[in-house]
Amino acid sequence: MARPSSAARKGLEKHSVPAKTTITLHVNGVERKLAVAPWTTLLDALRLYLDLPATKQGCDHGQCGACTVLLDGRRVYSCLTLAVMKDGAQVTTIEGLAQGSTLHPLQQAFIEHDAFQCGYCTPGQICSAAGLIAEGKARTADEIRELMSGNICRCGAYPNIVAAIQDVMSGRATGKLREAKR
Amino acid sequence: MNNFGYTRASDLADAVREIAADPGAKFIAGGTNLIDLMKENVARPSRLIDITHLPLNNIEETQDGGLRIGALVPNSDLAYDPRIEARYPLLSSAILAGASQQLRNMASTGGNLLQRTRCFYFYDTTTPCNKREPGSGCSAIEGINRMHAILGTSEHCIATHPSDMCVALAALEARVLATGRDGERSIAFAEFHRLPGDAPPIDSNVQADEIITAIELPPKGFATNYTYLKIRDRLSYAFALVSVAVGLDIQGGTIKEARLALGGVAHKPWRDRQAEAQLNGAPATRETFLPAAETVLRDARGFGHNDFKIELARRAILRALTQAARGTPQSQADKRIK
Repeated sequence: MARPSSAARKGLEKHSVPAKTTITLHVNGVERKLAVAPWTTLLDALRLYLDLPATKQGCDHGQCGACTVLLDGRRVYSCLTLAVMKDGAQVTTIEGLAQGSTLHPLQQAFIEHDAFQCGYCTPGQICSAAGLIAEGKARTADEIRELMSGNICRCGAYPNIVAAIQDVMSGRATGKLREAKR
Repeated sequence: MNNFGYTRASDLADAVREIAADPGAKFIAGGTNLIDLMKENVARPSRLIDITHLPLNNIEETQDGGLRIGALVPNSDLAYDPRIEARYPLLSSAILAGASQQLRNMASTGGNLLQRTRCFYFYDTTTPCNKREPGSGCSAIEGINRMHAILGTSEHCIATHPSDMCVALAALEARVLATGRDGERSIAFAEFHRLPGDAPPIDSNVQADEIITAIELPPKGFATNYTYLKIRDRLSYAFALVSVAVGLDIQGGTIKEARLALGGVAHKPWRDRQAEAQLNGAPATRETFLPAAETVLRDARGFGHNDFKIELARRAILRALTQAARGTPQSQADKRIK
């Protein structure tokens, strides 16, 4: 679906009754203030207002997981989250996982295991995997698969996604393959 | 999504006041179903009243030895609470059989009860649906009805209630606490959801100006002999075609008390007291389970695509009773049905 032009968006907002609310989000460790309408999702706030487009819009209905971010440390679907309800929250997106030029272990493991093809679901997969590891409920491959079922991969990279996550969970990651290739 | 106003309720009295003053308003907590329905133009509230700042997110002991679960406790926190895992593993298992971890992190206990059917005609505003547009007709009865109900249907609606958690709560005989302008009341779980009858738009007996504050679990949790068996089109992250919650109190090989509830087959979690009575006092064997399953399904009726659910439900009941009697509940990670 084509995104409305900014003029069209402004037109829409001019006719809306409720005023915008100014909220503060702590996004990837940076305090960001923004004015949002009640119906602005966290996904739209990140992509359209905060210039953080790496979080992807997939189904926009909470069925695919592409929009997964960490909200106050827990993985959620940003497409089904209203930004106005999350004033003051900590948000981590895929843009916030690397430390400078050093990739997050999950990012590195996804590269090493070829855990994606088109890459569209990958930001959501990696944020979801970060949430999974923080939860500490998955130990076996079966449990990883079950607790990652909220992230759909159209290319079918599931076996490599599970292997990448297992590597990070077991502390086998990261950089081994990179070292070996030198 | 339509444009709407937004208000943050400061306390319970404020929330009740706000909802009573604005018939077009709706409460929002997790929003996992409501926001989706708003994106589809099925729900068009004039205002959302945000209740997520109310102090309803604790799990506490009750005086009679049960637990009181605040309405805002996220589904994932409830499933992983050590008291729930130890004393009510049926509830924990049912929650983990539903949705995805992201949705369970967002969705609230109270909201889970109030989620709407996932009937695709209800979601599709270009088709008739008596639940969405009373009097417009039911598209499912003669349409694609693979997911639809086989028990308790009416000529006006054959939708199913989508929750897994509620099937366990029905089996456990939970109670729902709701607060309105006249104060707090307690609703037996069996009386909470309703059958479609001639008023399909009304899913439950909670009033529009009431707010769910808590779920109460009685002391008896059936923690030794239980199972939640969910059959669906894919192994995870899909709604039930048929699900079965079982709790058995077995003493010396004899069933002292049985609880049996089905999901995916009716407009509400389906409990059958006659079938439970048949199980009570009988040996915990297949010879007991078969007639009980037949009893549950005595009035089952298919609508074409969902005819298979009747035989599927019969077998699922049998298997679930066997799993519970053996003390080998269905794993929600290893999907093999044993």
